[in-house]
Amino acid sequence: MAINWFKYSAPTNFYGLAGKMIPWFAFSAAVLFAIGLYIGFVVAPVDAQQGEFYRIIFIHVPSSILSMFLYLVMAGYAALGLIFNTRLSAMMATAIAPTGALFAFISLWTGALWGKPMWGAWWVWDARLTSELILLFLYLGYIALHASIDDPRRADRAAALLSIVGSVNVPIIYFSVKWWNTLHQGSSIKFTGTSMHIAMQQAMFTVLVACWLYAIAVVLARVRSIILERERNTTWIGELPEVRS
Amino acid sequence: MKKSTLPGLLVLVIRRDLVLAMRRRADVLTTLIFFVMVVSLFPLGVGPEMSMLRKMAPGVLWVAALLSSMLSLGRLFSADYLDGTLEQMMLAPQSLSMLVLGKMTAHWMVSGLPLVLMAPVLGLQFDMPAQALGVLIIGLLLGTPILSMVGAIGAALTLGLRGGGVLLSLLVLPLCIPVLIFGTGAVEAVSTGLSVASHLSLLGALLVLALVFTPWVTAQALRISME
Repeated sequence: MAINWFKYSAPTNFYGLAGKMIPWFAFSAAVLFAIGLYIGFVVAPVDAQQGEFYRIIFIHVPSSILSMFLYLVMAGYAALGLIFNTRLSAMMATAIAPTGALFAFISLWTGALWGKPMWGAWWVWDARLTSELILLFLYLGYIALHASIDDPRRADRAAALLSIVGSVNVPIIYFSVKWWNTLHQGSSIKFTGTSMHIAMQQAMFTVLVACWLYAIAVVLARVRSIILERERNTTWIGELPEVRS
Repeated sequence: MKKSTLPGLLVLVIRRDLVLAMRRRADVLTTLIFFVMVVSLFPLGVGPEMSMLRKMAPGVLWVAALLSSMLSLGRLFSADYLDGTLEQMMLAPQSLSMLVLGKMTAHWMVSGLPLVLMAPVLGLQFDMPAQALGVLIIGLLLGTPILSMVGAIGAALTLGLRGGGVLLSLLVLPLCIPVLIFGTGAVEAVSTGLSVASHLSLLGALLVLALVFTPWVTAQALRISME
């Protein structure tokens, strides 16, 4: 039996598939969030050095990881779109950007909330904080460029090129910021606790998976809207029950 | 048309852009005046204490150079885009990357080089020691071409867009952060007695990387914007 590997790379087919997948991802994300936060806030013990404040890492660490990971995924889809000229890849890249920016923002925000009691300052020019901020700028640049080009095809391709240039630049930026920080001998306070309690690890991991599932659900929902918007003049959209009603 | 060699082509494009810039000298001067003005605003903002100004000088000069190079980037392709020259360049049998490299070089000579030449005077205003000034100049010489080259990618992507100027800075400034860090780091290394060579080597490495990749990426960006 021949399998058509590219069946779902057509927006027509993917639209329906995404619609069926969203509830599953959204539901499991909600369940895992509940479990992870329960372990994090109730089961996990109080940290010896940081007291209750450390519990913010259950949100902070997963969102930082995802903000970086999503940028790579976005650049990957953008590259696919540029190379193979597939419409859906470009739409996926566009759909990922706001979620990535959101996670970068959450990561900075929770970092600030954690920094105030621990470091005594809302903001410290630490290498990781600074590079996360620059990552947020890169996301915002991507979104702004895409938004300011009217022709969707040109917008996709231009933003794709920018995200690829950005992903090449990310390691350079990261290491330069790191060296800059050591040169200035910034804060030497680092979160180097002894090995983490098993409940903390469980909570962090569960929330990470939950964030991941949430990101997939939201991206799929957003890509469905993009498909509807871009293909609004086609017949298959007109025949959809939700459009007709 | 006479078939020109690659270096000949490069010289041709550079000379053309320089002649065009000389016909519109005001544009070149505005960038330079902007640079001088931004730098002069800092002492007014933070106070005339010499010890603090001396410490701030490399950062201030570099940030001002970054901002003023953003100002002139919009003009890199826009005039050629409006009068159709750019379209002819893309149709030309010669490689678009080489043409773009020529335009980048001309842009740097018009907007980057004057800043480098102006920087020592401004550095003296901030009472920078001679050795630090020398390192600052070398750093700017290595770094400002990178700004022109990375900026060209942004200029090509935002070609013909409304609000292109602000958008351009938004896209390009984050990508230029490493240049800023190594450029100011080199000057700071002088005052702390550390090795200057490492920072300058890294800047040189970035310059080589940019030289190899950015003309091609910019050519691709132009193709996307022009289709």
